[in-house]
Amino acid sequence: MSDISLRDVRKVYSGAEAPTIPGLSLEIVSGELCVLVGPSGCGKSTLLRMVAGLEEVSDGEIAIAGRRVNDLEPAERDISMVFQNYALYPHMTVFNNMAYGLKNRGMPKDEIRRRVDEAAVMLGLDGFLARRPRELSGGQRQRVAMGRAIVREPAAFLFDEPLSNLDAKLRVKTRVEIRDLQQRLRTTSIYVTHDQQEAMTLADKLVVMNAGQIEQIGTPIEVYERPASLFVAGFIGSPPMNLLPPSAVPSLAPASAPEHALIGIRPESMVPADDGPIALDVRVVERLGATSTIHGRLPGLESDVIASVPSTVPADPGRTMRFSSPGDGVHLFDGRTGRRLG
Amino acid sequence: MRTKKVTFRHRWLPYALVAPQIVITLVFFIWPASQALYQSVLRQDAFGLRTEFVGLANFARLFADPLYLESFFTTVWFSALVAGSSMLVALVLAVMADRVIRQATTYRTLLIWPYAVAPAIAGVLWWFLFNPTIGILAYALEALGYDWNHYQDGTDAMTMIVIAAAWRQVAYNFLFFLAGLQAIPKSLTEAAAIDGAGPVKRFVTIQLPLLSPTVFFLIVVNVVYAFFETFGIVHATTAGGPGNDTVILVYKVWRDAFEGLNLGSSAAQSVILMAIVIALTAIQFRYIERRVEY
Ligand SMILES: Nc1ncnc2c1ncn2[C@@H]1O[C@H](COP(=O)(O)OP(=O)(O)O)[C@@H](O)[C@H]1O
Ligand SMILES: [Mg+2]
Repeated sequence: MSDISLRDVRKVYSGAEAPTIPGLSLEIVSGELCVLVGPSGCGKSTLLRMVAGLEEVSDGEIAIAGRRVNDLEPAERDISMVFQNYALYPHMTVFNNMAYGLKNRGMPKDEIRRRVDEAAVMLGLDGFLARRPRELSGGQRQRVAMGRAIVREPAAFLFDEPLSNLDAKLRVKTRVEIRDLQQRLRTTSIYVTHDQQEAMTLADKLVVMNAGQIEQIGTPIEVYERPASLFVAGFIGSPPMNLLPPSAVPSLAPASAPEHALIGIRPESMVPADDGPIALDVRVVERLGATSTIHGRLPGLESDVIASVPSTVPADPGRTMRFSSPGDGVHLFDGRTGRRLG
Repeated sequence: MRTKKVTFRHRWLPYALVAPQIVITLVFFIWPASQALYQSVLRQDAFGLRTEFVGLANFARLFADPLYLESFFTTVWFSALVAGSSMLVALVLAVMADRVIRQATTYRTLLIWPYAVAPAIAGVLWWFLFNPTIGILAYALEALGYDWNHYQDGTDAMTMIVIAAAWRQVAYNFLFFLAGLQAIPKSLTEAAAIDGAGPVKRFVTIQLPLLSPTVFFLIVVNVVYAFFETFGIVHATTAGGPGNDTVILVYKVWRDAFEGLNLGSSAAQSVILMAIVIALTAIQFRYIERRVEY
């Protein structure tokens, strides 16, 4: 167990005009699962690969367990990584895939066997040890990649979108398994994903990234309840937060709100109320089972306003429905800087 | 499984379309090959006046002929050297190129140039470079204390034709090795690096095994090349000398026919060469069908 710290880390790819990561600092506490989430191309993999030692750090410092690792080879950093495409060695058996890193480090044979067997049992891979990767299903390959990472008992796990090659159902199942595994092993982990739901469910610490910079750091609940910027408000939560000009909902805007402010209300915070201040012309109702998602229009607004309500609430296209929002469900942002107000 | 049938409106059209290919195959392959087969069981006297049927006597005599067996081993040695050296050099170049460049298009284009050079010209080029009186390489070797003379020294002569033949194949092999290396996902070598394997170990335990289908394919291609396409090189440089030190099989076929005027023996030799190329091709095909087996 060990902590990871990034100080003013910068990355400029050779030939690129702008830095991919202009300067980023982050502290990850020992035993924590830190999830980096952000849209595709925002520099998550770049950051993770710099921690792994697969990509050079242009400037700044990365330390693992208090040791500066900038100039260390990947093998010397005491980390293991699970790749998006798993990167299993196709010509080796499952056993050898997991044992490769241990053999390279000169571990005694019986110790290798013990560790691989233990990991295989933990991951439900016993019985598959003699197979080649191409003889396995997608989910099993993913677990071999996990197994290869855990047998080394490294100081940190690095995950780069490890679930994105699985189908939706398996993704949810494996997500739970990863969470369970990490909680049992308590190994410091950095997990990269573009999927906000995956990020919310896995993270001890959630780091929302945009264009190479950190928008917000916090627990998933903190980030959900108090998004620090318009970007985070739009990125975390599904369906995304409604962002309205104060003029559209004057009664909900605090008196102190500047005219360029934006009011944010999560679809889940839209509460049906006969005398509510938000009157929606319902256009589409999506029935999801437990809840229904209502898409409607406010007079004078171009885009839809979305409300999530229990499916017992009667809702039909063409009707006008009124909603209110409890005080703590209303967020206020500066429309020009994008930052949260208050 | 039912295959979809394409129907042409005119019955003769499909035949017309394949006809040129069939004519070319007939004129340039089937006919000479059948002539060789036919000739290989005949014997002509020295003046070409009388021809008689001798069955397999031509073959029997070949296998009892120490000169033929010597030529056979010369060829095996020659092709092993050509395939080995050209593949080794190409592999080293490809590994370096793969490290440096992802899209190695310019480099690749430059390296394919030698392949466009006809064997005879390649031979003459190296013959000039190694010429004991005017060659720059012979001069350089002499400066290093080595007395280069491929007219008198069989090893020098063999070295020269191996270099001339291998030089041209390097470009071809390089392309296949580079393509093979670039087809290996980068994350595999990265994972191996994290797993504690240094560059050499990564190459030996990850890249080389994944490259083995390419290696096998190139061995066959290079051996076929060394056996059959190097006539021009030998003819333009050593002409089989000194003595019989560089008489490879294809060269012997030609020399026995056109200088020795022994058509029957020459034809028998071509038939043996044909059998070898058919065998190599068969191995190649069998292997290609199973090449994804790792
Ligand atoms: N090897 C590279 N060379 C140059 N630019 C790169 C390289 N890898 C990634 N980039 C660029 O850096 C940016 C961030 O990429 P990446 O870290 O892969 O994003 P993410 O993982 O968040 O989707 C992208 O604009 C991408 O084009
Ligand atoms: Mg990525």
